[in-house]
Amino acid sequence: MRALDKKLLRDFKRLWPQALAISLVLACGVATLILAVGTYRSLEETRQAYYERYRFASVFATATRAPNSLMRKISRISGVSTAEGRIVEPALLDITGMREPASASVISMPDYEPSRLNRLYLRAGRLPQPGKPGEAVVSESFAREHGFRVGSTFSGTLAGRRIEFQITGLAMSPEFIYAIGPGDLVPDHRRFAVIWMRESQMSGLSNLDDAFNSVSLTLLPGTSQRAVIAELDQLLQPYGGTGAYGRKDQTSHAFLDSELQALRAMAGVIPPIFLFVSAFLINMILSRLIALEREQIGLLKALGYSRRAVSMHYLKLVLVISLAGVAIGFGAGTWLGDGLTRIYTEFFDFPFLIFLRSFDVYLLAAGVSVAAAVLGALKSVLAAASLPPATAMRQAAPTLYRRSSFIGRWLAGMVSQLTVMAVRHVIRWPLRSGFTMLGTSLAVALLITAIFIFGSINFMIDTVYFKTDRQDATITFTTPLGTDAVQAVKKLPGVLSAEPFRMMMVELSNGSYSRRLMITGKPKSTRLSRVLDLNLDPVLLPSSGLVLSERVAHHLKARRGDMIRVRLLDEGGSVVEVPVADITQSYLGLDVYMDLDALNRLSRVGPRLSGVFVELDPAKYDAIYAAIKAMPKAASIALRAESLKKFRETIEENIVIMTTVYAVLAVIIAFGVVYNSARILLSERARELASLRVLGFSRREVASVLTIELAVLALLAQPLGWVLGYGFSWAVVQGFQSDLYRMPFVVENSAYGWSSMVVLISSILSALIVIARVARLDMIRVLKTKE
Amino acid sequence: MSALPENQAGVFIVENLTKTYRTGEVEVHALRGVSATLYEGEISVVLGPSGSGKSTFLNIIGGLDTATSGNVKFRDIDLSNAGESALTRFRRNHVGFVFQFYNLIPSLTARENVALVTEISSNPMRPEDALSLVGLGPRMDHFPAQLSGGEQQRVAIARAIAKNPDVLLCDEPTGALDSNTGRRVLEALTRINDELGTTTAIISHNAVIRRLAHRVFYFADGEIAKEEVNNNRLTPSQMEW
Repeated sequence: MRALDKKLLRDFKRLWPQALAISLVLACGVATLILAVGTYRSLEETRQAYYERYRFASVFATATRAPNSLMRKISRISGVSTAEGRIVEPALLDITGMREPASASVISMPDYEPSRLNRLYLRAGRLPQPGKPGEAVVSESFAREHGFRVGSTFSGTLAGRRIEFQITGLAMSPEFIYAIGPGDLVPDHRRFAVIWMRESQMSGLSNLDDAFNSVSLTLLPGTSQRAVIAELDQLLQPYGGTGAYGRKDQTSHAFLDSELQALRAMAGVIPPIFLFVSAFLINMILSRLIALEREQIGLLKALGYSRRAVSMHYLKLVLVISLAGVAIGFGAGTWLGDGLTRIYTEFFDFPFLIFLRSFDVYLLAAGVSVAAAVLGALKSVLAAASLPPATAMRQAAPTLYRRSSFIGRWLAGMVSQLTVMAVRHVIRWPLRSGFTMLGTSLAVALLITAIFIFGSINFMIDTVYFKTDRQDATITFTTPLGTDAVQAVKKLPGVLSAEPFRMMMVELSNGSYSRRLMITGKPKSTRLSRVLDLNLDPVLLPSSGLVLSERVAHHLKARRGDMIRVRLLDEGGSVVEVPVADITQSYLGLDVYMDLDALNRLSRVGPRLSGVFVELDPAKYDAIYAAIKAMPKAASIALRAESLKKFRETIEENIVIMTTVYAVLAVIIAFGVVYNSARILLSERARELASLRVLGFSRREVASVLTIELAVLALLAQPLGWVLGYGFSWAVVQGFQSDLYRMPFVVENSAYGWSSMVVLISSILSALIVIARVARLDMIRVLKTKE
Repeated sequence: MSALPENQAGVFIVENLTKTYRTGEVEVHALRGVSATLYEGEISVVLGPSGSGKSTFLNIIGGLDTATSGNVKFRDIDLSNAGESALTRFRRNHVGFVFQFYNLIPSLTARENVALVTEISSNPMRPEDALSLVGLGPRMDHFPAQLSGGEQQRVAIARAIAKNPDVLLCDEPTGALDSNTGRRVLEALTRINDELGTTTAIISHNAVIRRLAHRVFYFADGEIAKEEVNNNRLTPSQMEW
C-alpha cells in the first residue's frame, strides 16, 4: 500500500464516527430512493402485468337495463377493441357467526365462453357450471377471512331473493385490487365480498333476461377515450346509462394510483433532502480536515506530489464515506422495499408480485450519492490542491472577527463573554451556521410532514363520521321505493330514527364544463346525515336550487347563483335548469345535494326513495341486523361503527410504521448534522476552550461555549423547520386531491411539538457525545503548540 | 531596581517533586525530585534547555498538571492531593497565566478577552485598567487578528493580571517575539510586579532574562542544578539581547 493511502486509512479510522454519521445520512437518501423508485416500479409493473394478462377494461359504464342487442352497436364504436356486457348486482350476505350483514358485489360471467374482459385469476377450485343454481366463485380475501374453502356455502339476498351460494372456486380480479365495500374507506375483507356467477343464473335472479346493466371496454391504441365515452353515453342514455368513466375513476385503480403517486412524490422529495444534507456535511468535515492538514498538504507538494495526487487523496476519503453510505443504503433500501411491498399486499390484492430489482435504480442511487458527496467536497479539495507549498506550510492567518452589528454591541453588554464567544462564532460563519440550521430544520420538516397526515385524516374522519354522516347505518334499496318505505324501516326493531334520501344520476353542465354524478336529495332539516358549509357548520338545505360541494363547484367553475343545466340520466335525459344555491365542504366523492322535495319535483316519476339513514339502538343490534338480512329490498348496508373501526385499525397500524420510519430518518439527519457540527466546533475551538480551562473556567462553563452555539442553531432551526414542514405538508395535501377524496390541510400543534421534541432530543444526545470530550481537552499540549 | 524584599514568606513550597510520563513504550522522567520555594512578591526566572523539566514544573505549580510524587503547597493549599475541581478553583482564584502563543480568544476583543477573566473573579480590576497597565488602553476594542504579536501578548498579560492574581506564571512569554517587542512585554511584567507586588515566575530559555529576576532557578535533566539570588537587577530597557 502506498504511503498516502496508509494516511487515508488512518484518517478514516480517526474520523470514523463522523464519517459514519455522514454515511448514514447518505444511506437514507440511497435507501429512500431505492425504496420509493423500486417499490413504485415493482407495483406499477405488477399492476401492468396483471391488467394485461387478465384483460382489465379501460372504460366502464352502467345502465339500468340495456338489451343485449345494444352490445353490437357498442362494439362498433370507433376505437373500441373489445366490449363486454354483464350484470352487476349488490347483495347482502348472511354469514354464519357474523352478527352484521356483509355486502357483496355479484358479477356475471358468460355461460359458455371465457370472459373477454376483467378475467379472473382462479386461485383454487373451478368456475361455476352453467345451470347449477347457487354455484359461485368468491373473492379469495373474503373467503380467507371467513375460513371458506371450495365447497363451503353461505347465504344472501340478491335482488330481493334469498340464495344459497356454493363456492366452487376462489379468485382475484384486476377490477378489485383495492376492494372496498359501501361506505368504507379501506378494504374490509370480512364485510365485503366479490362474487362471480354464470350469466344465466344472474339474469334469472335479477330479471335481466337478454339484458345487461354494466359494460366494459378496451380501446385500440391511439383512441380518444373521451370520444368513445361520449358515444357510449349516447347509446346507453335511453337505458338509464349513468355515464361512462375511464380507469382513473375506477375505484380500485384510483386508490392504487394515489398510492403510486405518493411513492413517486417520495422519490422526488425525500432522497434529495438527504443528498443535500450529506453534501453539506462532507463539505464541512473536509474543509476542517484540510484546514488542519494545511502544513501536511504543503509538505506533500514540496515533496513533489502533484495537485491531482493531493486532490485524489482527499477525494478517496470522500469516496470511502459515500460508498459506505451507498452500501448501507442498498441493504436498507432493499430490505425496506420488500417490507413495503409486503405491506401493500395487505391492502391490495395481487395474484402475484413482480419484484423488480432494477439495476439502474441502484446505479442511479449510487451515482447521485457519490456525485452529491464529491460535489460537497469539491470546493475544499480544489482549495487544498491549489495551495502553493510555501503558503500551505505557513500558519493560516487568524480568523478576523468584527463587532460591527448593532446586535453584537447590544449583546456584548448583556451577557457573559462565553455567550458572546458562542454567538460571534455563529455570525462569523453564516453559511455554515445557516446550513447547520437548515439541515436540522429539514429533520423537523420531514417529521412534521409524516405526522401531520394523521392529524388531517383524523380531522377528515371527525368531519365525515361525526359532523356529516352521523347515521349508524345507511340502507340502500335495490330499486327506488315509495316514500312510505321510510315508515316501514322505522318500524324495524331497534331503529330509533330514520331519514330518507334519494339519489339521481345526472349530468351537470355549466357552459362547456360538465360532470356526471349523483344528486342526493335529503329532507331540508336533517339530524343524521347533514350538509356542512365551508366553515364546517351544518346548514339547512335551501327549498330549491343545487348545493354543490367545493370540488364539484371547482370542476364546473360554478359560483353561487349560476344556472346549471341538469340532465336527468335516470329519466331519459330530460334537461332542467337549476341555480346553484350554496357551496359546501365535503372530503369524499363528488357531492351535490338538493332538498328532497325539490328533487322529487324535478323527477317525472314523482317522489321516490333510494334508501334511508338510520339511527340504531345499540342494545338491539342483533335484532336490527337480523331484520336487515331478511329485508328483500335492501341492496346494501353501510355501517358507520364498523367502517370507522376498520379505518382506525388500519390508520393506527400505519401511524406506527410511518412515524417510526420517519422518526428514524429525522433522528439520522439530526444526528448527522449536530454531531458533525459539534465535532468541527470542538476541533476548531479546542485551543480556545483549553485556554478557558487554564484560566480557571470549569468544564461545564467551557462546554457552555459549545452548547450555547449548538443550542442557538438548534432552536433557530425549529421555527424554520415548522415553516418548511407546513410547506411540505401543504404540497402533500395538494398532491392528494382527487375526486375520490380530499385531505383537509390541518397541521395540528402536536405535529410541530412532536417533531421538534424528537429532533431536539436527538440533537442534545448527539451534542452530549461530543461535549463529553471537553473533559478530555489536553490543556498543556494545546498551549504548547502553535495552532 | 530594588533588591529582595525583606522577611518574605514562601508562596509555593515544592518538595521532592517527580513527574514521569509514559509516551507509548517510553518512560520520560520530566522531574526527578525537585524542591524549591517561590517567595512572596518576587520575580523568579526559571532557565534551562528544552526538555529540562521547567515547563512541567510550572504546569504543576499552576495546577494544570499533577505530580507523580512529592509535595506542592500553595500557601495553605495542598496541590499535590487536589482533585480536578479543586485545581480549577485554584487556577480561577489565584493564578494568572501567560503563554508563548498568547492563547487569546479570536472572537473576543482585547477588552472582552480581559473581561472573560474579570467576570469570574472575586476581586478583579477593571479590564480597562488592566489594559492601560500594559499600555494598550487605546487599542482595547480591537480583535486579536487586528493586533500585532507583542500587543496580543500584552493583552494576554492584562488578562492574566486583571483578576489580581496571587501569582503570575509565564511560560516563554517572549518566545514568539522579536527583541524590541519582547522588551516591552517584559516591561509590562516588571511594572506589574513593582506596582502590584504580584509574585511572578517566568520560564525562558533566554538567559538574558535572568537579569530582571530576584531569584533564578537553573533546570537540567529534570533537576534544579543551581539556584541563585540576583542582587543587581536590571530593567528590561537596560538589557541587551
